[in-house]
Amino acid sequence: MSIGHTLLGLLESGPRHGYDLKRAFDEKFGHDRPLHYGQVYSTMSRLLKHGLVEVDGIEAGGGPERKRYAITDAGITDVQRWLATPEKPEEYLQSTLYTKVVLALLTRRDAAEILDTQRAEHLRSMRILTDRKRKGDLADQLICDHALFHLEADLRWLELTAARLDKLSEAVTR
Amino acid sequence: MTTSHPGSLLTAHDLRKAYGPTHALDGAEFSIHSGEVVAIMGPSGSGKSTLLHCLAGIVPPDSGSITYDGRELTKMSDAQRSALRRSEFGFVFQFGQLVPELTCVENVALPLRLNGASRKDAERTALGWMERLEVDDLKAKRPGEVSGGQGQRVAVARALVTGPRLLFADEPTGALDSLNGERVMELLTDAARSTNAAVVLVTHEARVAAYSDREIVVRDGKSRDVERAI
Repeated sequence: MSIGHTLLGLLESGPRHGYDLKRAFDEKFGHDRPLHYGQVYSTMSRLLKHGLVEVDGIEAGGGPERKRYAITDAGITDVQRWLATPEKPEEYLQSTLYTKVVLALLTRRDAAEILDTQRAEHLRSMRILTDRKRKGDLADQLICDHALFHLEADLRWLELTAARLDKLSEAVTR
Repeated sequence: MTTSHPGSLLTAHDLRKAYGPTHALDGAEFSIHSGEVVAIMGPSGSGKSTLLHCLAGIVPPDSGSITYDGRELTKMSDAQRSALRRSEFGFVFQFGQLVPELTCVENVALPLRLNGASRKDAERTALGWMERLEVDDLKAKRPGEVSGGQGQRVAVARALVTGPRLLFADEPTGALDSLNGERVMELLTDAARSTNAAVVLVTHEARVAAYSDREIVVRDGKSRDVERAI
């Protein structure tokens, strides 16, 4: 999963402090792997350097200064490009797809379009494997079948998610 | 959405079909070229079978156009559409729908016989197709005496025996196990490609759709062409 793109996407709904970003990330995508503060601040420094975010304000307090970050137009374009680019089909990529779908819903983009684009990419891989299987020997057939079954499982997840988009939208934007 | 490509064998534009309050098709688009295998995918109840039935001229749409080889299907009479289906289209359904009283070779020969061919000529051609589908040894058996996979191969042979330019296959492997389903798809697509027939393949199975050149996704009666032809 791209932490940078995910944090950028979370900033689309409005400026946030690094701490708020970490909390939002952990709540929606962290599950059993919460972000370290160091990851958040190093990622934000990189995004700042590339002009994808800007500092919206600084709060001085008793402790260290707290920067508030806002996404730039270039940042929004970058998130859009990432969401629209299908993931290379491989085993167990659901976490990335899940993140993309949730971010699309959070930022009011077309999540169904992302699922359709990904389905097309998966089927493209499945066609290549099917063709290889037809022309290959038994070993080829077994190797291709293994990959095909994994891709098929991803596709079933895509279909189920597409059927549940309305409910998911309610849950993530609540 | 699919656009009408020049040279398409079959093109449908803005198809709408309602059954009472249910909009089975709500602006569906479709196109296919000769020799192309296009999978129609989508969840149950999305309208994919209705789309196939409209494209094949079995069910008339409420509105929209369907052009086959330059002719507008929706403006033809029922008799003209039936004649077109008999002479230019082939059909394979989930369950072979073979005539139980006839032998397998008589089943495959049936469309030729209905078109006026002699029994001898029709059965010779039928046997040729049964060889290609690897079921010629079943020629004297009746459908009740063969397995589901064998029966489906006989049904594919029957669908191809008249040399159709367009084959409609509605969940052709839906009643088969994985191995038999894959063999039917290999034989079906090989046979269709060798005769440059186009195949409209309705399926909800990705492994079956992987035998196609591209897919059209139907959702809530709308079809989306999410990938251009390879």
